[in-house]
Formats: sequence, structure tokens, C-alpha cells
Amino acid sequence: MIPWYFLILGGLAGGLVGGMGMGGGTLLIPILTMFMGIEQHLAQAINLLVFIPTGIIAVIIHAKNKLIDYKVFGVIIIPAIATAVGAALLVGQLKSETLRLIFAIFLILISLFELFQAIRTSVNNKKKITKPILKHNLYPPRNRDF
Amino acid sequence: MTAKKVCGLLTAGVFIGVINGFFGGGGGMICVPALLLLGLSNKQAQATAILIMLPISIASAIVYYTNGFVDWNTVLYVALGSVVGGVLGAYLLKNLSNNVLQYIFAFVVMAAGIRMLF
Repeated sequence: MIPWYFLILGGLAGGLVGGMGMGGGTLLIPILTMFMGIEQHLAQAINLLVFIPTGIIAVIIHAKNKLIDYKVFGVIIIPAIATAVGAALLVGQLKSETLRLIFAIFLILISLFELFQAIRTSVNNKKKITKPILKHNLYPPRNRDF
Repeated sequence: MTAKKVCGLLTAGVFIGVINGFFGGGGGMICVPALLLLGLSNKQAQATAILIMLPISIASAIVYYTNGFVDWNTVLYVALGSVVGGVLGAYLLKNLSNNVLQYIFAFVVMAAGIRMLF
């Protein structure tokens, strides 16, 4: 039996990352499986269910701020629900170890994608910072070489 | 809406559904960049992605539940922490402007992935 405060802490960590818009579930699932020894299928189900209350609150706030594109939602949701149900049914047939292994590969791919995004943001930020310095010519030419 | 955009959205929908149903999460990480590619603004993409993830998560959760993969006691505690964490995270985000967190997140997820492989 896992202590309740451990579970709350795990949820807190996942929620914190999710609230920052960085994929809280991607972190919550490994926290639940690695640190708390929860079975992979159960951890995934927890993540799905936990997202629902937070998601509802977020959607209400975003709808008030008129940030939701309902036309896009209407089109994308049809194939998304169908394939989600199909994939969830398939997952039920898989062994825990197999699912865990596939999930690990998924995490590595996601991390590489995130790393690429982070590097791109850094490069863009650098461009924004260096441009005005060069424009105003703040440094004398002899200091530029190093 | 152009035919090209509809095709793009339908394709994105297929991938988002597969990822989220199969892994019980991570769909949002595919959804936001896909919506950005299809011309939504950053804020619009984030907001619309959450609305998209909501019914997908509910539908997938029902399937997981019928397969016997739900332990309500655990869900309750994790959800409690997650809601508090979510509010805190959204508040903290306003006060952070650099992308150091993005790097930390990428490395933590990578470490978790490698650890889970072995």
C-alpha cells in the first residue's frame, strides 16, 4: 500500500509541470511506475482520469477568454476519439512489461523532440538579444575577435 | 476552412488519438505543435488542445475502466495533488521567461525513458 501523501506529492509534481504547459502526464506516469511501483496500465489510467478535472477548469477559463477554436476542435475530434478508443482497447491486450518498454521508447522520442524545441527557442532568443547590440556597435572592433 | 487544412486536422487527430489512447497521455505534446503548424496562435493552440484532449481522455478512461485498470483510491489522491500542482504551475509560468525549464524537462523525461528501458 502506497502512503497517501506519496500519491499527493506525485500528483503535485505532475500537475506542476502540466500547469506550465509541458506535458504533465509524460512525467506523472513514470513517477507512478518507477517511484511508487504502480503497474503501467493502472498508471496510464490514473493519468487519463486525473487530467479530467484540471482539463475542465482550464477549458472554462480559456472559453471565457475566447481562445478556443471550435471549428478545429470539431474536425480533429472525430478521428481522435475513434483511434483513442481503438488504441485503448489494444493496450488492454498487452502485457505490462511490453507496454512499459514501448512507453520508455516513447519517452525518449518525446525528450529528443522537446530538446530540439528548447534549442530552437534558445537560438531564436539569442538572435533577438544580439541584434540590437550589433546595431548600436557597443564593442570596439578589436574586441570582437574573441 | 480549406480542404488541405481539414486533411491536416484529420491526420493530426488520428495520431493524437493513437498516442493518447495507447500511452494514457502525451497527446497534448503532439496536439499543440500540430495546431501551431496548421496556423493557430500559440495561446489558441494551447487552449484548443486542452478541449481536444478532454473527450479523448474521457473515452480512453472508460475503456481502461472496463478493462479493470482503475484503482479509484489512488486516482483520488493523485488527482488532489495534480489539481493543486496545476494551479501552482500556471501561476509560476507567469513569472518565468527563459527556457531553462524546457531543457530540464527534456533531460528528466529522457532519464526516465532510459531508466524504464532497463
